[in-house]
Amino acid sequence: MDFQPVLDGFATVFEPINLLYCLIGVVIGMLVGVLPGLGPAATIAILLPLTYGIDSVTAIIMLAGIFYGAQYGGTITSVLLRLPGEASSVVTVFDGYALAKRGRAGTALGIAAIGSFIGGTVSIIGLTFFAPLVAGWALRFGPAEYAALALLGILLVATISNGSKIKAIIAAAVGLLLATVGRDPFTGTERFTFDVLQLADGLDFVPIAMGLFGLGEILYSLEERHRAETIAPAAVADVWPKRADLRRSSGAFARGSVLGFLLGLLPGGGATISSMAGYAVEKKVSKDPSRFGHGAVEGVAGPETANNAAATSSFIPLLTLGIPANATMALMFGALLIQGITPGPQLVDQEPELFWGVINSMCVGNALLLIMSLPLVGLFVRVLRVRAAILAPITALITLVGAYTINNSVFDVGLVVAFGVVGYLMKKFGFEPGPLVLAFVLGALLESSIRRGLLLFDGDPTGFVTRPISGALIALVVIVIALPAIRKVVSRVRSREEVTTR
Amino acid sequence: MKARTPWGPTSPDDTTPVPIDDSPPAAGGVANAASSVVALAIGVAGIGLSLALGVGELSEPGPGLWPLGVSVAIAALAIAQLVVGRWGGDGETFSHASWMAAAGAVTLVAYVALLPVIGFEIPSALLAFVWMRFLGHERSLVAILGSLAIVAGFYVVFVVALGTSIPHLF
Repeated sequence: MDFQPVLDGFATVFEPINLLYCLIGVVIGMLVGVLPGLGPAATIAILLPLTYGIDSVTAIIMLAGIFYGAQYGGTITSVLLRLPGEASSVVTVFDGYALAKRGRAGTALGIAAIGSFIGGTVSIIGLTFFAPLVAGWALRFGPAEYAALALLGILLVATISNGSKIKAIIAAAVGLLLATVGRDPFTGTERFTFDVLQLADGLDFVPIAMGLFGLGEILYSLEERHRAETIAPAAVADVWPKRADLRRSSGAFARGSVLGFLLGLLPGGGATISSMAGYAVEKKVSKDPSRFGHGAVEGVAGPETANNAAATSSFIPLLTLGIPANATMALMFGALLIQGITPGPQLVDQEPELFWGVINSMCVGNALLLIMSLPLVGLFVRVLRVRAAILAPITALITLVGAYTINNSVFDVGLVVAFGVVGYLMKKFGFEPGPLVLAFVLGALLESSIRRGLLLFDGDPTGFVTRPISGALIALVVIVIALPAIRKVVSRVRSREEVTTR
Repeated sequence: MKARTPWGPTSPDDTTPVPIDDSPPAAGGVANAASSVVALAIGVAGIGLSLALGVGELSEPGPGLWPLGVSVAIAALAIAQLVVGRWGGDGETFSHASWMAAAGAVTLVAYVALLPVIGFEIPSALLAFVWMRFLGHERSLVAILGSLAIVAGFYVVFVVALGTSIPHLF
């Protein structure tokens, strides 16, 4: 492996402007993680207009910082308030809050910060060696492989999400349909534009993401706030963990790093699933599983290490295949497209500055976050006192004004509001907005790959199945679709057996 | 005031795991059916419009082929959801607090309507005031001062510093 581009990437990171934006990103991410309500996806969506004016490397460095910074921040509210700031910190609540109630909130936060740092760092090293390999392998992909890969990605994200799988796939299909609005790239025919001038060039990704993730969440939290009671945060003292705690957590750090890295690679994987898997693994290998839920330090160390490792490694499918692995990565994909960069296997060679700059910025970002989460944690705890009622209109107005500044168009602001209402209703009716946004982003790639494939195979759809890689991927697609049904049958048979043996 | 959780007061030595699922009841069968019908309508409309665009042939796909495939999938899944998901416990019921979200949505629509006519300052101030005073139950004085401060802040950032072309009065 040639390490020159890696070193050049560090030179890029240490340019003052990039360091500054890295710092801005991780601080925003940490704040967002601390404040329950807005998640990293919503924040990145709201801040997308901000990236128009800045250089592509700088923009992605900042957005990435928001993403992994939020993983650190989400821990704080899980431990102190029993309110997970992020979905990926839900399992941290079990033992983190139990520790806090025993007056050991500092220990929980300190262990979580150190675990996050280790997980993130291990994952960055993995990324450095693994990503170029995947990219080199993917260079041989043709339209059939891309079509299969995009389809698999969308399906996995839809089926792994919480709630009804059918509804999630419906949402994804609607996303695919929305992606067809505008001029057909092959024939030039206008599709679903209904003679609206602004729709001729298609729907923009940014207003959809800002609406569904940003305003949708804000509207939802207006309602939610009236349900949940606020709890006074526990006091934090002594965040430096004791040697005994570190020794007890060292196994969890190692297992969480590897587990998180691997799960983050999978489409549909990511921080949330890894944190849950990390918790389950720690409980399983523990000599005394009954301690879990009552303040076991490993119960904090395992998931917090795993979620950061996964957050980092989920950049691999995006940067090497051009396939975002989850909703937040779909936003990164959109942000790259705005900058005129199409992520894919050619990125490592054609844009080494961007590729290695972003990866190496994560080293710097993780170090900054470690500093912010250990000595400066008190500052962020104080942020918890800011009232949601004052914050909500500010975020809403930033979204609206930001949407206007993209194209100086009131139509875009209207779109954001419309999709905001749709996003809120989707949430109420059990449709996940994540698969929709992901499918919308991948829609153009999927359609053009399928049509190009059909032209290539002269209209013979079996061409997608007979090529080895695309065939294998399509087999995976079939398995993903069939798996829930198979599982249902198996469990039914099993329960019948139980009845008969009794 | 004593620290409280939605499950009642807790003592400091109580270390039992706490449930974290405080989501409201599921939306229920009617909502599920209604949302499936909406999805079905989208699918059917998509099928009609795609056919009108021209499907072409597999060796030479027309502009409507792909949207047709997607629309058929939506319609089929919507029917499946209608049948299979009848007992599905997803989503959330609308509660009294849902009016908060509805009111918020109305202010957003009003904002979009007013923005091109009278600029962003007055609509922003009104939105911030309504959200703080009525949706957030802040005191009137806090809401008035807060909304003025927010508009001033936005003016400084978006008009003075960034020089964006957001419609403004002053």
